[in-house]
Amino acid sequence: MSRFAKLLLVPLVAPLLAGCNAVVMAPAGDVALQQRDLIIIATVLMLLIIIPVMVLVVLFARKYRQGNNAKYEPNWDHSTQLELVIWSAPLAIIICLGAVTWVSTHLLDPYRQLGRLGPDRPVIAEVEPLEVEVVALDWKWMFIYPQYDIATVNEFVTPVDRPISFKLTASTVMNSFYIPAMAGQIYAMPGMQTRLHGVINEPGTYRGIAAHYSGHGFSGMHFQTKGVSDSEFEAWVAEVRNSPDMLNRQRYLEVEKPSEHVPVMHFAGVESGLYTAILNMCVERDKMCVSEMMSIDEQGGLGHAGVNNLAPELYGGGEKNRSPFGPQKTYVAAICSTDEAIAMTAKLPAIKAPNAAPLVGKGLIRPEMVAHSNAPALDWLAGKLAFNQNTSADAL
Amino acid sequence: MTNEFWSFIFGRLTWDVLPLHEPIVVITFLVVAVGGLAVVGALTYFKLWGYLWKEWFTSVDHKKVGIMYMVLGLVMLLRGFADALMMRLQQAIAFNGSEGYLNAHHYDQLFSVHGVIMIFFVAMPLITGFMNYIVPLQIGARDVSFPFLNNFSFWMTTGGAVLVMMSLFVGEFAQTGWLAFPPLSGIEHSPASGVDYYIWALQVAGVGTTLSGVNLIATIIKMRAPGMTLMKMPVFTWTSLCTNVLIVASFPILTAVLTLLALDRYVGTNFFTADFGGSPMMYINLIWIWGHPEVYILILPCFGIFSEVASTFSGKRLFGYTSMVYATVVITVLSYLVWLHHFFTMGSGASVNSFFGITTMIISIPTGAKIFNWLFTMYKGRIRFELPMMWLIAFMLTFTIGGMTGVLLAVPPADFVLHNSLFLVAHFHNVIIGGVLFGIFAGINYWWPKAFGYKLNEFWGKVSFWLWNVGFWLAFGPLYVLGLMGITRRLRTFDDPSLQIWFIIAGIGALVIAGGIGAMLIQFGVSILGKNKEWDTTGDPWNGRTLEWATSSPPPQYNFAFTPVIHDNDAWADMKNRHSQRPIKGFMEIHMPRNTGTGVVLAGLSVVLGFALIWYMWWLVILSFVALIGAAIIHTFNYDRDYYIPVEAVAEVEDTRTRLLSGAR
Repeated sequence: MSRFAKLLLVPLVAPLLAGCNAVVMAPAGDVALQQRDLIIIATVLMLLIIIPVMVLVVLFARKYRQGNNAKYEPNWDHSTQLELVIWSAPLAIIICLGAVTWVSTHLLDPYRQLGRLGPDRPVIAEVEPLEVEVVALDWKWMFIYPQYDIATVNEFVTPVDRPISFKLTASTVMNSFYIPAMAGQIYAMPGMQTRLHGVINEPGTYRGIAAHYSGHGFSGMHFQTKGVSDSEFEAWVAEVRNSPDMLNRQRYLEVEKPSEHVPVMHFAGVESGLYTAILNMCVERDKMCVSEMMSIDEQGGLGHAGVNNLAPELYGGGEKNRSPFGPQKTYVAAICSTDEAIAMTAKLPAIKAPNAAPLVGKGLIRPEMVAHSNAPALDWLAGKLAFNQNTSADAL
Repeated sequence: MTNEFWSFIFGRLTWDVLPLHEPIVVITFLVVAVGGLAVVGALTYFKLWGYLWKEWFTSVDHKKVGIMYMVLGLVMLLRGFADALMMRLQQAIAFNGSEGYLNAHHYDQLFSVHGVIMIFFVAMPLITGFMNYIVPLQIGARDVSFPFLNNFSFWMTTGGAVLVMMSLFVGEFAQTGWLAFPPLSGIEHSPASGVDYYIWALQVAGVGTTLSGVNLIATIIKMRAPGMTLMKMPVFTWTSLCTNVLIVASFPILTAVLTLLALDRYVGTNFFTADFGGSPMMYINLIWIWGHPEVYILILPCFGIFSEVASTFSGKRLFGYTSMVYATVVITVLSYLVWLHHFFTMGSGASVNSFFGITTMIISIPTGAKIFNWLFTMYKGRIRFELPMMWLIAFMLTFTIGGMTGVLLAVPPADFVLHNSLFLVAHFHNVIIGGVLFGIFAGINYWWPKAFGYKLNEFWGKVSFWLWNVGFWLAFGPLYVLGLMGITRRLRTFDDPSLQIWFIIAGIGALVIAGGIGAMLIQFGVSILGKNKEWDTTGDPWNGRTLEWATSSPPPQYNFAFTPVIHDNDAWADMKNRHSQRPIKGFMEIHMPRNTGTGVVLAGLSVVLGFALIWYMWWLVILSFVALIGAAIIHTFNYDRDYYIPVEAVAEVEDTRTRLLSGAR
């Protein structure tokens, strides 16, 4: 940002910085720092017009008050020059701000890999970014470090000056992941993945919060963020690895249960594919993963046979929170092999494929039938099976 | 009797849902019950029920419906503000491990119900009240296009408010925030009655709002006095037209999205669930496609009020009438192209975010033009600092700050650090209090003499003005600061003791605002009961410029004995300039709509239907639904819908006015 803008804003921002810990105005990470600069640039740009307007309001209100006997022209209601100014002055400012917005939104896109660690400090190609998989749970945060095969709850530790690449999802409801000192927030949503990139430049302990109301335990859903040196980070990793706790699917399902004000937890190891399973809402092994469902649907779906693949969802042996007129809560059962899928449909009586031909007017030539099967995905599965038999038996 | 029988009769309504374990609610209930009994007792003692029923509840007169809307809005303001005070107190004391005095169950209802009440049952009734009262007078009409529909709309809005109020004592309200985002608002995470109260209160009130929008559009398009072309309409009427277009185009989206949510909750569909192909993101998009136009629905009529106030109290024609109108229309169109700025942080991608950020900024151009137009209306004017003008100045100084922080939040990377923070809370209170509420207060002070025939007390008006202004900055200045400290909204407890001072200042600000509301109530009381009223016999106490000032204060039931003919905008100022004479003879009988109680009946049945749906009393759902449809059909067979005011009655009213006018001179 320009020196001019800094100069202008110092009196405005200084008392905030001095009087309280305005972390948004004094962050410790390069991304948040650029976002801070943007706040200041935008504010200065707008003050260029806001201040004159406010001054004029007061001046005109004083000057033209009744009893002051200033010039009075009751029928003066139009001036083309003035109209031009009052439309073009805000327009000019918005054009500047719009350009700034376009560029900065792309540069600071949370999905974009970091290009720099700070002003004039580009990211070195050899430095591998720290990968972190974040899960918003009710009401705590889980961090999985796939490169180190460890996981934590409510504690996030990162080496300073190392780019961090987050993948985020949630277990039940929407949330927003926000470390004000590091970078702006991004939603964490169940069954979906969002991305965030950031870096912490100064060692220290910072606050990480849930920034989207998520239910009764929301107020206690925060975590410590620590920026540490590389050696301290290695020591911390070793410490976590010494923890007796392991994060497998079963343990995850215990941790996932709603709880408030959860103390820090360390997990020495993480079952492989756990994050993917959380993201696809299939940590319970008998549930079909969303990704699997989507790829089956992409192939045309299971047709009527798919209805047979629903299992009643039970909570602790009974049903919970069912809609008054809703069907029993079910989930799509996992299909572990193509044999199973084909066996499943074999149990069903064959369903006559509906006539998929479009309606035609009288006298027109009937077009060729397009679809013959009600379950093209099964054909696809069968084909895949045949292909796999030809190649290797355990490829599936 | 078996349990099955009782659960058939009462659905899931049992003694357990009554909040008897919450002492705060019990005490509130006792106070409300005693107060309510006192009011009912007084009405009965003074034999006012018949008067209220005949003259008010069943009235189709747009002026009486308008005043009833205003009363509803002001009563609900007290409830919504009480919730605000409770939140401020909780946040001021819940530090250092203290849980404060509210548990999560209660606190989470508070912030949800505060938003719902303030938007749907305070701001909406107040602006609808103004549009109802003023628009027909400004265009020289006798009433709105569909007078019965108007009464019905009012009672549906009231029905929604009744359902929200019921949730305080029977069951609970939603604990989801004021927009009830799924999956949190789905049956799985919110199984109790709260979200159902939310859905059905808004559905019932939404019917009223939509119909009222249809009614006012038809009125403005079809019932203008001869000579009043669109570009000669007063600016308030223009902004009302645009607002009602927004209502008619956006409220159906709200109705649809709430219907889908209700289907998810009642019949187990999966529109907005996280699995089975549902998409919570779709709900958030849809509700904001309604929600963003909604904020312009609220602010546009207030821009109209300020335009009237600026030109009246500057004694000048409005500067740049044409650009004012175009600015309003541009805002109307653009308000549909910005909804995504409410969730930049959902990961839409940089290009989409920039697009919606820039469209949002573009809205500030016509808004800026409006501010300049008011500014240059003051220029070379002769400004009288009556109360409405003071509110205008306060608005221009406050709203520009709110607008600035709004544009700041429209820059996506800046929004990433300020989204959902207290900075955002401060911003939207800055524009809604500084814009909408200040506009409503200006309007109340401006049009009160028109509605009741005397001016409001000036001393208490000024006390209220200063308390509101000081209180506003004390209450929301600290929230701006806290937002920059990275503090998010809707928190119930805090760990960092250094924050407490800011919340205490904000709490003091809320108390000062409470003083402002109190002073306003005293202002009304003193003005209504006081003996030294400034009676206005002219019908034009402010030297007004638009047609509503051409008739008496309060206006006769038929508004104008003869339909005025319009030659210029600022029709009444033009008539005064040309010394046009008020006709004093040759009156004719006047065709008027007749009062009907159908609106009360239909809305009452809707409340019963909503209540039955909330508590799963299926027999009552069927019964009240059939009754609702039946009552509507029966009403269509009522052919006794109109009557004529005889010539003598018209002549008597007009002669009284003639005498008053000559006496005043």
